Amino acid sequence: MSLPDFGFYVLCATAMVLLAAQAVIHPTEFVQVFIFGLTQGSIYALVALGYTMVYGIIELINFAHGDVFTLGAYIGSAILSFFAISEGGFNTVNLIALLLVFPAVMLIMGGINVAIERVAYRPLRNAPRLAPLITAIGMSFFLEGVMFLWHGPATVHFPDILPKAATTIAGVFFGFKDVFVVAVAAILVALLAIFINRTKLGKAMRATAQDRDAAQLMGIDINRTIAATFFIGALLAGAGGMIWGLYYNTVYYQLGFRSGLIAFTAAVFGGIGNIPGAAIGGLVIGLIAAFSDSYIGSKWTQVVVFGILIGVLVFRPTGLLGMRVPEK
Amino acid sequence: MRQPRAAAGSRSLIARLGLRERIRDRDQAVYGILIIVAVLFPMVTIYATDGTALVSQATRAGYFVLLAIGLNVVVGFAGLLDLGYAAFFAIGAYTYALLASPQLASSPAHHAVHLPFWLMLFVAMFVAAAAGAILGFPTLRLRGDYLAIVTLGFGEIVPQLFYNFDQWTGGINAVGIIDQPVLPAWIQGPWSGDGPIQIVRSFNFGGDPVAFYVLICILIAAAVILVSNLYRSRLGRAWMAIREDEVAAAAMGINTVTTKLLAFGIGASFSGFAGAYYAADVSLVSPDSFLFIVSITVLVMVVLGGMGNISGVIIGALVLYYVVYYLIPGLPENVKNLANSIGLSSETTHGLADATQHLNYIIYGAILVAMMLLRPQGLLPSRIREQELKHAAVQEEEAAVEMEHAT
Repeated sequence: MSLPDFGFYVLCATAMVLLAAQAVIHPTEFVQVFIFGLTQGSIYALVALGYTMVYGIIELINFAHGDVFTLGAYIGSAILSFFAISEGGFNTVNLIALLLVFPAVMLIMGGINVAIERVAYRPLRNAPRLAPLITAIGMSFFLEGVMFLWHGPATVHFPDILPKAATTIAGVFFGFKDVFVVAVAAILVALLAIFINRTKLGKAMRATAQDRDAAQLMGIDINRTIAATFFIGALLAGAGGMIWGLYYNTVYYQLGFRSGLIAFTAAVFGGIGNIPGAAIGGLVIGLIAAFSDSYIGSKWTQVVVFGILIGVLVFRPTGLLGMRVPEK
Repeated sequence: MRQPRAAAGSRSLIARLGLRERIRDRDQAVYGILIIVAVLFPMVTIYATDGTALVSQATRAGYFVLLAIGLNVVVGFAGLLDLGYAAFFAIGAYTYALLASPQLASSPAHHAVHLPFWLMLFVAMFVAAAAGAILGFPTLRLRGDYLAIVTLGFGEIVPQLFYNFDQWTGGINAVGIIDQPVLPAWIQGPWSGDGPIQIVRSFNFGGDPVAFYVLICILIAAAVILVSNLYRSRLGRAWMAIREDEVAAAAMGINTVTTKLLAFGIGASFSGFAGAYYAADVSLVSPDSFLFIVSITVLVMVVLGGMGNISGVIIGALVLYYVVYYLIPGLPENVKNLANSIGLSSETTHGLADATQHLNYIIYGAILVAMMLLRPQGLLPSRIREQELKHAAVQEEEAAVEMEHAT
């Protein structure tokens, strides 16, 4: 065992012991925080998948992705408000609206992201490496500007249409919303895994990520495959935005910046380019943020999350699940 | 490759020489124009506007130029992507702010420290360089993109730390009443005493924008000379070798970790330097001034200007500064005036100004995308890089022609 590995395990073990101590002393609070972290982490996981897929295929840190996520929440809010869905209770109309609007928002975001790729990234495929990074930042400002123009700097209300059903088991509060968030995220991640591993397009994506030129020689349409990657990443980001809105009932135009950075951290945490890694990384970052919020103080959460990010990269550069890849 | 071309004929050789001279002239021409503009700028603006507001603006553009020159060492020369450059700026600014203001009197130390500015310029430089080395030492072994992510995390942590340790730094309340630079009494010149030519009225800078303007121009000139010499040194060539191919550079006997660490540290030291200057100029340092957006803005300046080319980077910094801090914020007013002049009613013009205000982000984003799409290599790309690109293009063309002949 090398020294960095040793340091990594020591750090992990210390954190585990501290958390276990908390779990023994205040079990109820611990479980409550755990549930909150899990719901938060599910959303991060959905956003992180988009980062990791795009990075895996064209090695671009897609700074606009967090804003695609936020725009999803904005559009979802607009559609639901347009149909004047009644809030505060759950009925058949709300259920139907949800079943229609949820996939609609996902598809809209997919379309928008493909358009962004077409305009801002595809023309720069053979340009110096930093050029697409700058256009990604430009697109991020652009999307934030669109949301700012739409609703101004204030927070935007998202219709509260999920059932308020909740139950308390041994002092721990379980809301329907928590279950909903985790369940939807889990279903989407499972669908993505099936898509990537079982379909022809998924195979094309994996091939393109591995070696673009070789994939092209095998007859894979590179541009189509990359566009599909952006489409699917945005489907998940749109779903994440909808879930965020349904859970918190409030969004603001700069939400995507901070949560985007955290989701990106999650993607790195799981080993960037690694799809199950991003999902697990999202959950872990969500849990870490929740524990840090309640045990250390919310003003330290950012320091903790990014400190862990640096620690992971120093001790385990390929992430928790990443494989060692030779330098190209 | 080179031999047959030189032998091909004297005409092509002359053409090539002429081209080289022209390219070399381009850099010199840019520097010349910059010097003339820098000298004339305060005179013309003070005469024309009867105030020093524009000179202060130019001073603020100046520290972005310094930052861009520093980041260019990291990104342009050594090819390391640094997304947390503002962190070193913050470290430099806080180093000066804490050690040259009444702030520490209200901290657990109970003693205000007032160290001279000229000393602190170098202290801030070394503190920032040390921070860069400490961050870089464990992380520079990583592949390029991981380094970007580590610096991004560092850039997020540092302002938060200054915010959290509010006992020492005042947190959200910021550090204020920072000491002004004072020229030592033994440096005699037209500025000292009550002499006839009072460019700077007293030894104390005392918030005089022209004095700060002169100082930043001197600092930028020093930085340009320093970095140009580094670029032509053995170290500069090592950086470029690493940028082009790290594995090959290591095989040629370059110690890649030390070389990258030096790039990182030197880049950080420029940022610390600029930070100390910034603290003295603005006289108020708050954690909000060093967020991710600053790192990104400086990175965009470097890429936009033309990575690796110092004169290009300076132009990029000035152009982007003008766009971000002058053109876009002033746009609503301009649109209003324009609408007024073509005879629209005042209500409409007010609405137009409002709408333009809301469009700020969109305009900035669109400008970034458009600039990169039009000139992905930057405004004034490094001439070596430009030749490489041209060379590649020529080769591709030749290959295409050969293909045509073959079919």
